[in-house]
Amino acid sequence: MMETLGLYNYWVVVVLMMTGFYIVVARDNLIKKVIGLNIFQTSVFLLFISAGKVDGGSAPILAEGIEIYSNPLPGVLILTAIVVGVATTSVALGLIVRINEAYGTIEEPEIHLEDVEA
Amino acid sequence: MIDNHLPILQVLLPLVAAVLCLLLRNRLIVTTLAIVVTWATFAVSVALMSAVLRQGVISYELGGWAPPWGIEYRVDVLNAFVLVLVSGIGAVVATWSPSSISVELPRYERHYLFYCAYLLCLAGLLGITVTGDMFNVFVFLEISALSSYVLISLGQDRRALTAAYSYLIMGTLGATFILIGIGLLYIMTGTLNMADLAERLPEVLNTRTVIVAFGFLVVGVSLKMALFPLHLWLPNAYAYAPSVVTAFLAATATKVSVYLLLRFFFTVFGYEFAFDRMQLWIFLMPLALVGIVTASLVAIFQNNIKRMLAYSSVAQIGYMVLGISFASVNGLTGGIVHLFNHGLTKCALFLALGCIVYRCGAVHIDEMRGLGRTMPWTMAAFVGGGLSLIGVPMTVGFVSKWYLVVAALERGFWPVAAVVLFSSLLAVVYIWRVVEVAYFEAPSAVEGEGTVREAPLSMLIPVWALVVAIFYFGITTELTAGIARQAAESLLKVAS
Repeated sequence: MMETLGLYNYWVVVVLMMTGFYIVVARDNLIKKVIGLNIFQTSVFLLFISAGKVDGGSAPILAEGIEIYSNPLPGVLILTAIVVGVATTSVALGLIVRINEAYGTIEEPEIHLEDVEA
Repeated sequence: MIDNHLPILQVLLPLVAAVLCLLLRNRLIVTTLAIVVTWATFAVSVALMSAVLRQGVISYELGGWAPPWGIEYRVDVLNAFVLVLVSGIGAVVATWSPSSISVELPRYERHYLFYCAYLLCLAGLLGITVTGDMFNVFVFLEISALSSYVLISLGQDRRALTAAYSYLIMGTLGATFILIGIGLLYIMTGTLNMADLAERLPEVLNTRTVIVAFGFLVVGVSLKMALFPLHLWLPNAYAYAPSVVTAFLAATATKVSVYLLLRFFFTVFGYEFAFDRMQLWIFLMPLALVGIVTASLVAIFQNNIKRMLAYSSVAQIGYMVLGISFASVNGLTGGIVHLFNHGLTKCALFLALGCIVYRCGAVHIDEMRGLGRTMPWTMAAFVGGGLSLIGVPMTVGFVSKWYLVVAALERGFWPVAAVVLFSSLLAVVYIWRVVEVAYFEAPSAVEGEGTVREAPLSMLIPVWALVVAIFYFGITTELTAGIARQAAESLLKVAS
């Protein structure tokens, strides 16, 4: 029981990951897909950050009287991954704007329909 | 002095040049800069290759931080070989590009943005190949992927936009899967350096976390390299992107992902775990075979020739994965040498198609009537590439298929060898369709004799350079096949 509760963060990671993944696969609206993608990526950020926490450790800033620090590396890695996520989102939104201009819709089935008719 | 910094120069040159493109803006200067820098990058990779062949593995400590704490760039025979391919293709395509993009990107007055994205993509692909750090792989993967989404969306057809979007979704999912795999490995071992990981992993190989990490990495890399049935993003992306982008990506992007597959599963996890315990080949081989046959069959029925070659690319990825799934020296040699050979072949074919787009504006099969007469040099180059795709002796395509068939027979999988030969016949069919239309039908009346002319020399010379390379490496196989064999032996840790 305690072990299950202790892995609370990881359960959240799994739930978020599957939610995001489901949205990407199941939604037809292009913007909603991007939102799903963001949730999916965020769950991975949480996975890394949770792994960096050391029991009883303080924030990794050098100070007197503190012996145990949390691992700073995952946080740094995720900072990079967040930047990548922001870049991906902005490119995706840029593409959606262009798609909307070209097709007049951002619903996937309608876009397919227009391509088939054309 | 500069020799010591070759590995970092490999990435730095195109990366800095990409930024310079943004600042300089003048079309002539930017184009010249891109061509000069890509050739310089190629020179660096050739120098790296010869250094590796001379003195063995080169390790470069980024910023002087010793690995495994700092990021390490590690060049051995395998990635030096891939570097030569990627930077060489990058240089040839950049040289070919100026006339093509002035026709295919007319709406985009700001051509410097195209070269900026192109150089970024090149830097990303070279970075993936040169680095010895798992997280660095992810970062470069995203650099190359983001710039390739932009490049694909530049296509004139509006379907280029939706193709770029679905590539973005699939590509990001693939990269995030890889990131999850990297994270789980980091949790178990506390290291991101590949060589260090390879040493520490055996202690924890039996834990479920490592097995899950393995699964995430397999799926992530398969998505990135468009292994059947995860190839759905590829045909549209290649068909609607500008010709120059298609030629570049088809020859490099998926090849670099195949390299990642080799690096992850042979260097990091090790042959015993990936192939003996996890039986990766049972997963890879059927997918490769089904991919080869299905994609070749679908290619036969495509009327858009760019799309036809895109499906053929999916089939060719199948050959590479097939070679890897044998996990024997001959199989791996076949896979690695095919990675190089197919890069040359597909790039030549797509560049030849690009010349046709330049003159005719489209690549529908009906519009290729009589091109054998109106554009003899371009079509001859196309046929040269096509012969290599089929695997005719004296071309590079024959060399790789030879190794694959030998590896299959070595294992006693004669039906697999039969499938390889059968799919070559399928390639004959789809290449012949184009040849028939181009050489045996009269030029279509709409175009008229005078309007379609041979492509300009500035485009023909790069195409023919590749075609000559196809035949050169097809006749003198010692260099490429020898390097591939050396790489295969080092991956399998067999003494040569």
